[in-house]
Amino acid sequence: MLTILFDGIAYGMVLFILAVGLSVTLGLMNFINLAHGVFAMAGGYAGAMLVNRAGVPFLLALPLAFLAAALLGVLVERTLYVHVYRRSHLDQVLFTIGLVFMAVAAVDYFIGSSQQFIALPDFLRARLEILGGNIGAYRLFVVAVCAVIATLLQVGLSSSRFGARLRAAVDNGRVARGLGINVGRIFTATFAVGSGLAGLGGMLGAEFLGLDPSFPLKFLVYFLIVVTVGGTSSLTGPFLAAIILGIADVAGKYYLPGTGPFIIYAVMVVILIVRPYGLVARSEAR
Amino acid sequence: MIVRIAAAAAAIAALLSGSAMAEDTVKVGLIASMTGPFAPNGKQMELGARLYMQEHGDTVAGKKIELIVKDDASVPDNSKRLAQELVVNDGVKFLMGMNLTPIALAVAPVATQAKVPLIVTLAGTSIITEKSPYIVRTSFTLPQSAVVMADWAAKNGIKKVVTMVSDYAPGADAEKWFVDRFKAAGGEVVESIKVPLANPDFAPFLQRAADDKPDALYIFVPVSQGGVVMKQFVERGMDKQGIRLIGPGDFVDDELLNGMGDAALGVITAHNYSVAHPSDMNKKFVAAYKAASGGGRPNFVGVHTYDGMHLVYAALDKTGGDTDGDKLVEAMKGMSWESPRGPISIDPDTRDIIQNIYMRKVERGSDGELYNVEFATIEAVKDPVKAAK
Repeated sequence: MLTILFDGIAYGMVLFILAVGLSVTLGLMNFINLAHGVFAMAGGYAGAMLVNRAGVPFLLALPLAFLAAALLGVLVERTLYVHVYRRSHLDQVLFTIGLVFMAVAAVDYFIGSSQQFIALPDFLRARLEILGGNIGAYRLFVVAVCAVIATLLQVGLSSSRFGARLRAAVDNGRVARGLGINVGRIFTATFAVGSGLAGLGGMLGAEFLGLDPSFPLKFLVYFLIVVTVGGTSSLTGPFLAAIILGIADVAGKYYLPGTGPFIIYAVMVVILIVRPYGLVARSEAR
Repeated sequence: MIVRIAAAAAAIAALLSGSAMAEDTVKVGLIASMTGPFAPNGKQMELGARLYMQEHGDTVAGKKIELIVKDDASVPDNSKRLAQELVVNDGVKFLMGMNLTPIALAVAPVATQAKVPLIVTLAGTSIITEKSPYIVRTSFTLPQSAVVMADWAAKNGIKKVVTMVSDYAPGADAEKWFVDRFKAAGGEVVESIKVPLANPDFAPFLQRAADDKPDALYIFVPVSQGGVVMKQFVERGMDKQGIRLIGPGDFVDDELLNGMGDAALGVITAHNYSVAHPSDMNKKFVAAYKAASGGGRPNFVGVHTYDGMHLVYAALDKTGGDTDGDKLVEAMKGMSWESPRGPISIDPDTRDIIQNIYMRKVERGSDGELYNVEFATIEAVKDPVKAAK
């Protein structure tokens, strides 16, 4: 029981880290980035290459995976996404889904379509007995890392100067610009952090989500569920949503293996019927 | 005007001489998955076929063999269209390949109508060979290894088993034939878990299996997921709980096995080919494959297609170069030869393969790499589904 609960939380935490960037770009920047999973995949592959081929220690490779995905994010944002920010949502959807297919084919071509494994250090492979539950050290590690990141994000967005500027830029870009805030740069930085986190999530999650070229497509639905269920106005929403969905998914598969995979969708439908704007929604609909 | 007529005549002459040349060339159409998630299979198929041609020359019974490779990306509609094009435009005398069961089923009517032998070198559902009298199979059927695995488990102190298979046709085949045979031998199947084919996380299913406390967990998943399952199996401490991991050999695929790491050690499977098969022919085959692929290992897919090519050569040899489809299929029936996997033959009644199934255990070889090491041989196993009819 406790094991299942814990596996669910670990799963949910990774989902959160993976999807939080999407929630920020969608909710704060009003930009539909279906190619979000590409950055997660980039981070995962960067991590796999670093650990398996270059022999970089796992713990050091994690921040490097973050950096790699963030850099890719900046590059793509500056060269491609700036042109579609002001376009219609349909254009954005078509453009980004096109990017997904290109990325899938590119990884397939250059690295191959087989599953990638990231070798874990020994101390993360242990199993621990805690409160009668049997818990994997790696999942515990994932939960800890993700919890720290979630806290940092929340604090950063609500009480740092950068957070204030970002919220200002989102609420009214023109006024913010008038006050001397470089809106373009803020969006780029935000995008970089979001992509970087996805990359980190891709590497952390490779152990139990798997990592192959179809990753961005396979998990796109999960990302979108987290963002829609959580609502896009805050970080608390997607966080809660990811945890609930993670637990529902794992518990559903454990207790009802026949119908388990559908439970995540049932939960989404129920939540959206009760709260159409997501778990934590702004009072006014945008 | 005269110039035009002369040009037309020249063109016709060229066409005629072209077709006359074609008479001496026998084209083989290999439909493989060269791109997409199954690209590694496509690569194995093409290399396997080309290796055979490289070793045996490209002429047999006075005919020059030409291999045409078409990429269907494992979409059955594509495969059917490509098969039609190969038959109509290229005039192939053999069709080969077939990555997945639905592909073989989609191409079967084309083979029947065109009276062209279709050599299936991967798709493993039992019914395939019944879908056209022109289908001959050099791969395997899943029940072949499933029943062998069940017999072995029943004889080796395994009494309680949980099965966990991916929810698609081969998974259902692998489960049904194992469960029936194992129960018939007095074993108990505590639970049969089906996992979705596109399943991100096996944790809950494995936990459920662990809580049933079986002697062994029998699994069948696509090879791309094999490594993840084994890792999570070990991560969950199920190996230390004394649960053995068993199944058909697909998920410990030779090509990927070494990358799966220590989690794979000790896994016991039943399968028709291991890269570590101790025969001179296999050693030569593996060395040639490594040289041709830049250090990669062959797996069963490569071997099946290598054997498929042998069947093309042997059948043409037997008909003396006659490319009539009925005569070729007749020639293939009952044919037996040595393959890198061991002695194999084509069942004259079902056109399906008869082959040895080996019990293997994953061990670390003297070169530090992981191998499926064979420790028992069950000889000349027929497809149990058709044998039971």
